[in-house]
Amino acid sequence: MRIGILALQGGFAEHAQILQSLNIQSFEIRKKEDLSQPMNGLILPGGESTTIGKLLKDLDMFDELKSIIEKGMPVFGTCAGMILLAKEIDGKSVAHFSAIDIRVKRNAYGRQLGSFFVEAEFKGIGTIPMTFIRAPYIESAGANVEILSVVDNNIVAAKENNVLVTSYHPELTHDNSIHKYFVDTFIK
Amino acid sequence: MKKERYELNKNLAQMLKGGVIMDVSTPEQARIAEAAGAAAVMALERIPADIRAVGGVSRMSDPKMIKGIQETVSIPVMAKARIGHFVEAQILEALEIDYIDESEVLSPADDKYHVDKTKFKVPFVCGAKDLGEALRRISEGASMIRTKGEPGTGDVIQAVRHMRTMTSEIRRIQNLREDELFNAAKELQVPFDLLKYVHENGKLPVVNFAAGGVATPADAALMMQLGAEGVFVGSGIFKSGDPVKRAQAIVKAVTNYNDPKIIAEISADLGEAMVGINESEIQLLMSERGK
Repeated sequence: MRIGILALQGGFAEHAQILQSLNIQSFEIRKKEDLSQPMNGLILPGGESTTIGKLLKDLDMFDELKSIIEKGMPVFGTCAGMILLAKEIDGKSVAHFSAIDIRVKRNAYGRQLGSFFVEAEFKGIGTIPMTFIRAPYIESAGANVEILSVVDNNIVAAKENNVLVTSYHPELTHDNSIHKYFVDTFIK
Repeated sequence: MKKERYELNKNLAQMLKGGVIMDVSTPEQARIAEAAGAAAVMALERIPADIRAVGGVSRMSDPKMIKGIQETVSIPVMAKARIGHFVEAQILEALEIDYIDESEVLSPADDKYHVDKTKFKVPFVCGAKDLGEALRRISEGASMIRTKGEPGTGDVIQAVRHMRTMTSEIRRIQNLREDELFNAAKELQVPFDLLKYVHENGKLPVVNFAAGGVATPADAALMMQLGAEGVFVGSGIFKSGDPVKRAQAIVKAVTNYNDPKIIAEISADLGEAMVGINESEIQLLMSERGK
């Protein structure tokens, strides 16, 4: 099994490390040619969604990646990755991949002083560590979206079809259970 | 500062990796930087090249200007405080800035003591030109490091020197026997536990960016290939002929720093680079401030 990690900007190396702890191979996607490599799953990491979104367009990768996701490639987005996958972004007229029927609010907890760590429930796994860095949350979700975590009454993890998203960064903790869940539930 | 808060602050720097942090002095410039793909902006009244040109004491920027920039962009906003000026740092924390740069670009307020950064909730990035400086700043509470380079010159030689010095010192520490670390900590004047981390992991315990003199996409890629995890660009963008194009090109160069074909493409037709000053012509060495 091989998982592609979008490596344009942000915390992509941390995802590779977590996958390695599960003995899963990964490779970095930095340009269009990298998309033609065989892959069983895709991770969109945290970082700045405006930066990554812009680079996807400038490096002519957006359309191809969108079609890969639409054809059913299992994809996991954390933080900025969740924003890229959302169908609607609060305050923005255009979304990116529109792959999951959620409306997200960017920087929903404010600036860095609002960043926080908490241990909370992930449906089907139990209590896990969650690191929120200038994080977004999900304001509303469509009927076919399954909600997986709620923290302080805000939705912070969800899935629909081939798409898994979290507001927080499992890759910044030592807990690899969400990555294992992604591989077991979406890929295997 | 609680350990958890320090972890969160290191985490924010991790999310900036592979990105470009751009100096901006107006909301309009901040908007241009964000649209060009900056991962964060550094709000300051005068960019380093102008600080050199104008001379005099340079201080923290006007909070009004910083707020204007915070309201304009959604990416993280950083701002500079003078070395040792903990009240400027308190003001920036009150403004809920995302990162404070305790910076040698401004005139130092204290020639002996840096800010005790462990007393703050907001994160700090500090400049360093070797491993000793980097680990001393980290022990004071910095959650991100950048090379000092020589700001406002457009000459990359000092950033290269500082990055090479740091990485070669890290390799040396990695190769020491464990019982030799105590003496190495004494010689470098750094805490033993931080040096042990470097010995075991072969890297700094926080994210390390390059800064000071980066003017072209090639400069940015050079710093990345030398081991930087991202790049600060100060005067290089808004002192150039076509800031938008140059900013976009530098962002792409940092992502694809290992691909000469892409860098060749984006380096074409960028217009005038900032004029720059050679190392030998510099009157004021900012990198000698705060060791």
